[in-house]
Amino acid sequence: MSIFEYNGSALIAMVGKNCFAIASDRRLGVQLQTIATDFQRIYKIHDRLFLGLSGLATDAQTLYQRLVFRHKLYQLREERVMKPETFASMVSALLYEKRFGPYFCQPVIAGLGDEDKPFICTMDSIGAKELAKDFVVTGTASESLYGACEAMFKPDMEAEELFETISQALLSSVDRDCLSGWGGHVYVVTPTEVKERILKGRMD
Amino acid sequence: MEFKMAQAAAEVPPKGGFSFDLCRRNEMLSNKGVPPPSFRKTGTTIVGLIFQDGVILGADTRATEGPIVCDKNCEKIHYMAPNIYCCGAGTAADTKAVTDMVSSQLQLHRYHTGRESRVVTALTLLKYHLFNYQGYFQAALVLGGVDANGPHLHTIYPHGSTDTLPLATMGSGSLAAMAVFESKYHEGLTKAEGINLVCEAICSGIFNDLGIGSNVDVCVITKGHKEYLRNHQLPNPRTYVNSKGFSFPKKTEVLLTRVTPLEEKVEVIEGGDAMEE
Repeated sequence: MSIFEYNGSALIAMVGKNCFAIASDRRLGVQLQTIATDFQRIYKIHDRLFLGLSGLATDAQTLYQRLVFRHKLYQLREERVMKPETFASMVSALLYEKRFGPYFCQPVIAGLGDEDKPFICTMDSIGAKELAKDFVVTGTASESLYGACEAMFKPDMEAEELFETISQALLSSVDRDCLSGWGGHVYVVTPTEVKERILKGRMD
Repeated sequence: MEFKMAQAAAEVPPKGGFSFDLCRRNEMLSNKGVPPPSFRKTGTTIVGLIFQDGVILGADTRATEGPIVCDKNCEKIHYMAPNIYCCGAGTAADTKAVTDMVSSQLQLHRYHTGRESRVVTALTLLKYHLFNYQGYFQAALVLGGVDANGPHLHTIYPHGSTDTLPLATMGSGSLAAMAVFESKYHEGLTKAEGINLVCEAICSGIFNDLGIGSNVDVCVITKGHKEYLRNHQLPNPRTYVNSKGFSFPKKTEVLLTRVTPLEEKVEVIEGGDAMEE
């Protein structure tokens, strides 16, 4: 059993027209036993930047705390928030620092950059960035997620259609994975608002 | 007691270099039967050849995580200097990190000397770094560029050994690409012939090796000029795309919605009443 399958997770981020959506499942387990059904995997760094962390939950929380610390220092020094591209580079550097004893996490970063251009990116556990223009997935259900997103994704979707697509892709993929699921948590971010929704899924 | 607390309180981010503090925990986990994770690789074909005016580098664009393709269009030709580019095969994070690091060192060196970077400088910096880590950096590189001494092409292996060659291939598809090169290469290729040959070599990797796929990136470097042809060839387009797309007749059930407005809506009322005390 791989270390990434200890807690179980599923994360997607998708790009739409001047908006993005990031979604995760809600299960926290210890191998096959479910401990919590409301676990938070997606964290807000600032209003227009969200970070999702899949993999070992303890490393995800530690990494999140370190990143928030670094971002707050940046905010104090620069008197502004970090751009998504800069944040992605910082996460990559932090993960690569531990190249020979890595954090067992795979982050998904989604944000609105300059001129409200959506930015999404994922990394493996040592910080190899993958910048995609359509969608990124990570977690134990990643193989199903790849298939579902590849089929359901369309470029330039509006916020409501994007929400529907990402939710359907997430729920259908986690239904085929024992270690993730128990509902979904979706954030759809447009330049004017952040809509957070909790989805009803199969609770098995 | 106070001194220790002061040290613990001042948790300043370290000034670069690797940090090994999670190694003991990870070793404990792998002793308990939890295998270490696999990293994203670029099971690749990277090629380079020297033609009459300079160097042409080529690479495919697939990044894999085990048997799954995680990135269908990644960039494997990394910038080192205005006249030097480097293709990387192996663990994706290692190739990116080592080329970025040497690229910064070259920039500092350019500021220091006031001259254009030389390919052998990049080569030496890369090979020293890789040898220092005794092959633990899984990065196999093809380095090419044109400097004051003419065009150069080198291959660098993960343990730090290097070769200087007129044609080079690395990665899992290197045998397929080298077969194409050996049969069709001759000295004094023109730019068009060179680009064609590089594309053929990469395509032979794309269609015959499973770790390679998607598109062909080409970079042509000549004296004083470079052309980075990103996605020069796209031999694998998506053949069937449903024009209607997916429609979801059964909507997702939502348990809770929370809307946070980002921009405050300020209403300006013209000609309001004067403030009453």
